[in-house]
Amino acid sequence: MAIAAPDFRELRLDGVSRDFGVLNALRDVTLTVGRGEFIALLGPSGCGKSTALNCLAGLLPLTSGSIWLDDRRIDQLGPEARGFGMVFQNYALFPHMSVRRNVAFGLEMQGRPKAEIARRVDEAIQLVRLTAQADKLPGQISGGQQQRVAIARAIVVEPPLVLMDEPLSNLDAKLRLEMRTEIRRIHTMLGCSTIYVTHDQDEALSLADRIVVLRDGLVRQVGTPEELYARPSQPDVAEFMGYRNLLSTRAEAAGAGLVVRVSGAALAGTPVGEVWPGPAIVAIRPEDLTPSPDAPIAVTVDAAEYRGRDFYGLAHTGDGTELFFRSETRVVAGEALRLGASAARVLVYPA
Amino acid sequence: MNTVPLSVRLAQRGLDSVTLLVLPAVLCVIGLFVYPFLYGLVLSFAPKTGGILANYRKFFADPFLYDTIGTTLLIAVPATLLNTVVSIPVALRVRLMAKPRLLTTILVIPITLGTVLVAEGLLNYLGPRGWLNRALLEFGLSDHPVRLVHNYWGVFLSLVITGFPFTFLLTQSYVTGIDPSLEQAGAMLGARAPARFRRILLPLLIPGLTVTLCLSFVQAFSVFPSAVLLGAPAGPTRVISIAAYQAAFEQYDYSMASAIAMIMAAVQVLIVVALLAARGLVYRGPAGGGKG
Repeated sequence: MAIAAPDFRELRLDGVSRDFGVLNALRDVTLTVGRGEFIALLGPSGCGKSTALNCLAGLLPLTSGSIWLDDRRIDQLGPEARGFGMVFQNYALFPHMSVRRNVAFGLEMQGRPKAEIARRVDEAIQLVRLTAQADKLPGQISGGQQQRVAIARAIVVEPPLVLMDEPLSNLDAKLRLEMRTEIRRIHTMLGCSTIYVTHDQDEALSLADRIVVLRDGLVRQVGTPEELYARPSQPDVAEFMGYRNLLSTRAEAAGAGLVVRVSGAALAGTPVGEVWPGPAIVAIRPEDLTPSPDAPIAVTVDAAEYRGRDFYGLAHTGDGTELFFRSETRVVAGEALRLGASAARVLVYPA
Repeated sequence: MNTVPLSVRLAQRGLDSVTLLVLPAVLCVIGLFVYPFLYGLVLSFAPKTGGILANYRKFFADPFLYDTIGTTLLIAVPATLLNTVVSIPVALRVRLMAKPRLLTTILVIPITLGTVLVAEGLLNYLGPRGWLNRALLEFGLSDHPVRLVHNYWGVFLSLVITGFPFTFLLTQSYVTGIDPSLEQAGAMLGARAPARFRRILLPLLIPGLTVTLCLSFVQAFSVFPSAVLLGAPAGPTRVISIAAYQAAFEQYDYSMASAIAMIMAAVQVLIVVALLAARGLVYRGPAGGGKG
């Protein structure tokens, strides 16, 4: 029978790579996860985040590199010997077993006594608030409830590490928000480590202690949600983190007095990395770009939509550059505006 | 009038002009199956001599006739079970292969050859002068030729070779219908391969395996060419279809032959119904892990 993985201090991925034929799904990923941490693997589809999770789970062998739990190498162990919990994207509930028997499966595999299984299963079902559904089959309950069964089944064995593969992607918007809170609550309550794969930056920002941004199988940036939100280290990370205005420009002067040109208008900015006078890339979030009478960039509004409290719009400058912006007052298509952003929120990257 | 037109009401129940497309199939079924079956049924109750049930009485009074049921079951049941049981691990393995097409093709070729060709081949290969016995004698593994044809084993082997591809294709379709993430979920929860098979795969396969068993059994039960060519049609492999053949074409008693055919059908239906009834006792829902 499988033995639950012992408690650990840190999980270490060391140069983990995975090829699919000629395709590099994952390239040289090195990462350390502490006990109790909530890590989000964030990236667009095809970036290798699910591959990384499957490698951690033991469902996919590595092409090179190693995975360590403290001093114990685990990448050659099968999934059943690692003792991690996993929540699958499609939940993967056993369709022929009731909710209770699904949740009990892991404990039965450990050969626990019947009374202990019954007690712990009841606790887990209570934790995910499914007591009324305990004797139903997975096919008889809703998607959100199935999702919670999947979580209960993964955590009932008290694994030191829980892996979640886009667990909310099959739910509707309202349930998604509810389950997000639920997942964080359960994580905090159990004190386990969680690695959570998602393509939704809001999910990653609200759930994670640290976010790992992946792209084309490479780790692009690791940081706290605040760091990634306010100061992405690369233009492509910035784009993924919601910096919709990503423009090629020219930087004038360097260091603290950095100024970039956007359609001829001068805009004070903050350099990220070594920015020298010359070609540069500027990244601004729509919510940081707002109209005011003395702002530098003259634009004409193309379209605007009301999103509750604020208006979000698209405008173009004299030379046709498109800009996404936010306005607290109503704007209409065809209106002429002047847009600007504070220097701290205008990020300038070397081209 | 405020009623819905008849054509609309029929369409709501799935009957419209497109339904007419099933007509050719229905005519075929009636002409090639229902009519001959009913004709045979009626014929079986009109014996050359005696009352309505004379043929059936004669069959169940004569051990030379009623023993054929047991003989046929003794060949068909083990062959069906062996084919089905072996097809499960093969199908599970093929599912994991990156390019299963070649192996599937090799496994399925015997189905295209037909029973007679396989029987001829087996006569050559397994006969007293065939390569198998020559090899056994050559390597001193046996001091006399092993008898594998013109007895029970010849028919059994032929049923395995010609029946396996059919069974395998059916089993494979059920195996591939099981979401692979279910097995992965089992592994993540600490289940090793045997436990995963017993607790997850097998319960989900049983409904499909029952159908596979039924169809394979019906095929094996109606064995005829190989029982004649590879077996001992006068003795140990005198299957029920041989009895029917002899009644029809050696004694020219079509009524008796029809009665034997009806008994054959009844045995098959009995076993199929029993299997399907047993299936009703287990889970029969979808084998997917996601939202239903």
